Amino acid sequence: MSLNLRELSKRSQGLAPGHRACAGCGIPVLVRLLLAVAPDPPVVVNATGCLEVVSTIYPYSAWPVPWLHNAFENAAATASGVEAAARALFARGRIRRVPKVVAIGGDGGTYDIGLQSLSGAIERGHDFLYICYNNEGYMNTGIQRSSATPPGARTTTTPVGAHGRGKLEPRKDLTEIVVAHGVRYAAQASISHWGDLAKKLQKALATPGPTFLNVLTPCQPGWDYPPEDLVEIARLAVETRYWPLYEVADGRYRLTFTPRPPLPVRAWLERQGRFRHLLDDPEAVERFQAWVDANWDRLTARLK
Amino acid sequence: MSTVVARRQGLTGNDAVALAWRQINPDVVAAYPITPSTQVVERFARYLADGEATTEFVPTESEHSAISACVGASAAGARVMTATSSQGLALMHEVLYIASGLRLPIVMAVATRALSAPLNIHGDHSDVMGSRDAGWVQLYAGTVQEAYDLSILAVRVAERARVPVMVCLDGFTLSHSLEPVLVYADDAVRAFVGEARTSGYRLLDGEGAGPLTVGPLALPDAYMDFRRALANAMGRALEVIAGETAAFNAHFGRDLPVHLEASGLEEADGALLLLGSTADVVREALAGRSSASGRIGVVRLLTFRPFPAEAVRQALSHVARVVVMDRADSLSTLGGPLGIEVRAALYGQAFPPAVTDVIYGLGGRELRARDLERLRALFQEEPVPGPVYLGVEDG
Repeated sequence: MSLNLRELSKRSQGLAPGHRACAGCGIPVLVRLLLAVAPDPPVVVNATGCLEVVSTIYPYSAWPVPWLHNAFENAAATASGVEAAARALFARGRIRRVPKVVAIGGDGGTYDIGLQSLSGAIERGHDFLYICYNNEGYMNTGIQRSSATPPGARTTTTPVGAHGRGKLEPRKDLTEIVVAHGVRYAAQASISHWGDLAKKLQKALATPGPTFLNVLTPCQPGWDYPPEDLVEIARLAVETRYWPLYEVADGRYRLTFTPRPPLPVRAWLERQGRFRHLLDDPEAVERFQAWVDANWDRLTARLK
Repeated sequence: MSTVVARRQGLTGNDAVALAWRQINPDVVAAYPITPSTQVVERFARYLADGEATTEFVPTESEHSAISACVGASAAGARVMTATSSQGLALMHEVLYIASGLRLPIVMAVATRALSAPLNIHGDHSDVMGSRDAGWVQLYAGTVQEAYDLSILAVRVAERARVPVMVCLDGFTLSHSLEPVLVYADDAVRAFVGEARTSGYRLLDGEGAGPLTVGPLALPDAYMDFRRALANAMGRALEVIAGETAAFNAHFGRDLPVHLEASGLEEADGALLLLGSTADVVREALAGRSSASGRIGVVRLLTFRPFPAEAVRQALSHVARVVVMDRADSLSTLGGPLGIEVRAALYGQAFPPAVTDVIYGLGGRELRARDLERLRALFQEEPVPGPVYLGVEDG
C-alpha cells in the first residue's frame, strides 16, 4: 500500500470525531494512523488508561472497529484470549477470517503493571501487535511517575521542592526488554515522524507472531507545553536523540532516522514545564545529555 | 438410557472435570496450574496431546492472565473454561467482576482450598467464599459424580443465564479421591451442551455485525443500571439452574437435586446445613441415630450463588434447630458466610428455627468422632450469636 498522506487521510475508518482526548494529545494521532494503515479492521484490545477513557464513555464510542477493554494490566493476556478464540472459531468454521488483534496500552499499563502479561503473551507466541502509547507517566490518574518517566522529570509523585528534584531514576528500556524475548519485529517510533510510524505499523501488522511498537506520544498536561506544539515537541525528542527511531527485525537493528546534526537535548527540555527546574542547573542538563548520549551509544553499538 | 450412560469408571474429581471438558470440547481453555486443581489442566492437556479434543489451550503465566484470556476469548464469542484454586482464585479476583459485569458465560472449576497465611494447600471454602459477591453462579459438588455432572450442567446454565459459573469441588476430598462415576457417552454430552450459545458479543464477526465496543467506561448515569441488570440476571439464574437441572436429569436419566438435597428431614427436630462433600460424612455418622433433642436431618446446598433462600426456608420449615457448618470464616464475628446467609434467609419468618453456626475443617482439618459428638450436643444448647469453632481447644 502506498503511504501517501493524502490517500491515507481518505481512508474511512479513523477514530471518530468526538473523542475526549486533551487538546495537544499525541494518542489520537497514533490511533488514527493505525486505523488508516491496517489493511483489514483489526480487533483492538485496550488497557485501562487515557485512550480507553477518552474514546468510550458509555453510550458513546469513537471506535469504528471491534474494541474490547478488560482491565489495566491485562491487555496482552486479553488479546491472547481473543487471538486463541479467533483461531478456534476459524478452525471450526464459525468465522470466515481471522482478524489481526492489536493490544494498545499506555506506559503504565505496559512498562509497569502490565509487563508480566505482555511478557507472557509474547513468550506464548500469539499473533498480535502490542502498541505502547508512551507518554512517560500515569497521565490518566494525574501525572504520576512511571518506569518510562525520564530522570529529572517533575510528576506529582516526584515533585520539585526544597528537597525534591523530580524523578531520580533513569527510565526502563522496555523496547530492549521486548527484543530480548526474541520477537520478529519491534520498533520505537514517534507521532512526529508519521511516515516512519506508518511503515512500522505496516511491518508490525504484516509480521506473524507477536510484534511490538513503542510510540512516543507527548502529553500536554503531563509535559506542560502549548497544545499546538504537540508535533514539534515529539520531533525534538527525536532530533535530540532523546527518543531514537529504530527497529529490530529478525534480530537486525536499524536506525530509521538519523538526526544530522543532533540537537542538544536542552532544545527539547526547555520546551516543557516538567523540566523547567533543571534549566537553571547546568550540571543537571549536562547529566541529562550524558544519559541521552550513553543510550544512543549503546543503541548504535547494536547496529549491523 | 443405554445409549446415554457409556460406562461406570473410577475417576478422581479432577479427572472427572477434565473428562467433562474433553466431551464438551470447548473452543478455548486458558489456565495456570495450582494445587489442588492442577490435574484438571494436566489431564486436559493430555487429551489435547492425544488428539481427543480440539480446544485452543492458552497456558498463561498467571491466574490473572488466565481469567483475562478467558474474558477476551469469551467476548470474542468462544465457549471458554478454566480451573483454579485458592491463591489463584484470589489472584483472579479483579477480573471475576469484569467477567460477570460483561455477562460472559465462562465456566470455571474450583478445587476449593484454604487461603494464606499461613500457607496451606488443603481443602476448605475460604477461596470460593472470597468470590461470593463477584456475580458468579456458584455450584458445589457433593461427590465426584456431581463434579462431573455439574461441569456439564454449568455450560448450559452459564450460556442461558448469561453469567459466569464456578463449579466447586472440595480440594483433595473430591479433587483427588477416586470414586465410581457414571460416564455419559460423548455424543450425549455434546447433544446436551449443543452448539455454543456464545456471549452474544461478536468481536470477530466482521461481516454484518459492525464495530462493537465492549467494556467501555460508564459514568454514574449508567453504571448502576448495569449492576442492577446483573443482579436481575442472578435472580433469573435460580430459575435457569432449576430448569437446566430438570433438563439434565431428563437427558441423562439422573437425579441431580435442584439447589439443595435434604435427607432425613421427615420427623426431624433439627437439621445440619452445609456445602460439599462433608454432607456424606455427617449423614453416615448421624444415620439411624437420634440426639437427646430428637432426630437430625441433613441439608446440603448445591447452589450457593445465587442464594436459594426460598428452597432453604422450605427445607427448614419444620425443624426447630439448625446447625450450619461453614468451611470458611467471614471474620466478622458473626460466623461464616453460609451461616450468615441462612440466618438472613430465615429472618422475618413467623417461627424461624434457631441457628448455630459452626466453623470447621479449615485448611483440611478433619472431622473427628468427638467433633460429631459436639455437633449433636449443639442441638441441645442455647444458640450463640457468634460462631463455634469445631475441633479447636477453646471452641
